[in-house]
Amino acid sequence: MDDLLTYGEALERFDPVLGLEVHVELNTASKMFCGCTNHFGSEPNTNTCPVCLGLPGSLPALNGKAVESAIRLGLALGCSIAPRCRFARKNYFYPDMTKDFQTSQYDEPIAFEGVVEVEVEGQTFRIEIERAHMEEDAGKLVHQGTSGRIHGADYSLVDYNRAGTPLVEIVTKPIRGTGTLAPQVAKAYVDYVRDTVLALGVSDAKMEQGSLRCDANVSLMPKGSDVLGTRTETKNVNSLRSIEAALTYEIRRQGAVLAEGGRVIQETRMWHEEGYTTAGRSKEQAEDYRYFPEPDLVPIVADAEWVERLRATLPEPPAERRRRLQADWGFTDLEFRDVVNGGALDAVADTVAAGCPPQAARKWWTAELARRANEAGVDLAALGVTPTQVARVQALIDEGTLTDSLARKVFDYLLAGESDPDAIVAAHSLAVVSDEGALSAAVDAAIAADPGTAQRVREGKVQAAGALIGAVMKSMRGQADASRVRELVMGRLQP
Amino acid sequence: MALTPQDVRRLGALARIELTDEELDRLAPQLDVILEAVASVTEVAADDIPPTSHALPLTNVFRDDEVRPSLPQEAVLAAAPATEDGRFRVPRILTEEG
Repeated sequence: MDDLLTYGEALERFDPVLGLEVHVELNTASKMFCGCTNHFGSEPNTNTCPVCLGLPGSLPALNGKAVESAIRLGLALGCSIAPRCRFARKNYFYPDMTKDFQTSQYDEPIAFEGVVEVEVEGQTFRIEIERAHMEEDAGKLVHQGTSGRIHGADYSLVDYNRAGTPLVEIVTKPIRGTGTLAPQVAKAYVDYVRDTVLALGVSDAKMEQGSLRCDANVSLMPKGSDVLGTRTETKNVNSLRSIEAALTYEIRRQGAVLAEGGRVIQETRMWHEEGYTTAGRSKEQAEDYRYFPEPDLVPIVADAEWVERLRATLPEPPAERRRRLQADWGFTDLEFRDVVNGGALDAVADTVAAGCPPQAARKWWTAELARRANEAGVDLAALGVTPTQVARVQALIDEGTLTDSLARKVFDYLLAGESDPDAIVAAHSLAVVSDEGALSAAVDAAIAADPGTAQRVREGKVQAAGALIGAVMKSMRGQADASRVRELVMGRLQP
Repeated sequence: MALTPQDVRRLGALARIELTDEELDRLAPQLDVILEAVASVTEVAADDIPPTSHALPLTNVFRDDEVRPSLPQEAVLAAAPATEDGRFRVPRILTEEG
């Protein structure tokens, strides 16, 4: 196990410098250079063709949608778009890459020099983006053997479904001046990129499925020094939480190495969810990828007219949208954070847009529907209840047709596949009974059935009325307004 | 230009081609001739001639984002030396640490 300083000690002696590389898999229908479907989760090697298998004689044909997505993402990150750029071949041998080169971009990225700002604990950090370039993803390796890891594996299995998936790689410039907040700034930045990508609709951005991946570089400078230290690059960081944990670990580990007078080795480190990193590939030797311009793809020329047309399609930046929505809805910070963390922001926004009061929309999505999504093991968006339906259910409550508990029954039917709340209420007789004659008869019957309780209420034991109200609600199958029932019961027994 | 046998050994390693000392001695002068021929192009290319990477005067050749049928899995795996569970089976991957 590695020697570690405490985080506090490490930060007393050193200033961390971050560098973040985020890979975003674009959600185009087809792959980057061929018409194979760009679908996650298919049977292995069923979404491949001569192009993405790198068979001799095959030629790439560039997906125009992928280029537009890359330009839009670059613009949303404040980047300039290259008026002219090319693809390049990055040559290396690895079984996940059949062609023995990755089609990427080298000295001519499509987007460069952007800036984003993220907020952590009330402080704003400016993060400069060096470049965002296009490339293709590689196939997926499974290492077979007792360890399940590359070291000690007996052999590996390869699935090329992912080969040729369009990627945008976003690389930051060194991020200094974050102090003790370095891990949180890194997390906030990746979260910002994820929000942006989702708002643009260019990727699913699911870290657990690898459609958004982060390599986290960090180095330490002794306090007061201006010379960058040797960095390590941590891979296999598959959640926002892991980014924070992995960087915290690396800062503590490098701190201990340097504090003992050692030398940090420039290498790739693998993050393990158990909470530590291990050494991977050494990068001490400069790698020689023998990049050269891709001869099979012609240059991309992004003229001002095209770029401006794409800029016009950009959504409101996520941070601005959140500030606006919270103000519009009058939510407290805590309420708003529940909505955001629960992944319910879009659902609540759409429900409010469909006419629902914001607090009611928040309540349904972050409580009842969140619970049901959790039980079903799906995202809120995949639950099968639409914002329009939620807004209609709330309208039925507000006009007195439904109570909250009847509304929950309506959701049962919506989740079972029915679609129209009004039709559900009619078909399953769920409306509140407002027929005074029927209610009075039920109240009289409940009193007659439980004379002992009725007598105690007459003698002033008001709490005892609860049993009678419960009996009435039960006989009305829950379809009565409980406060009206209480009025009727008390009217009979305590006139 | 004078390409050394060591240069050729390195190129060979990058291309995963193992070469004997005899082959290195024989190939170095041959490759040198090729490099010299290519280098002569730079003599005629003046500063006002931009480097060319493509012979065709084309830009922005795009395909519509439409899905086309892929190959069946059996066809994809047919030529593989070894397969398992619908995947290509490859020998143990040696990292630089071995």
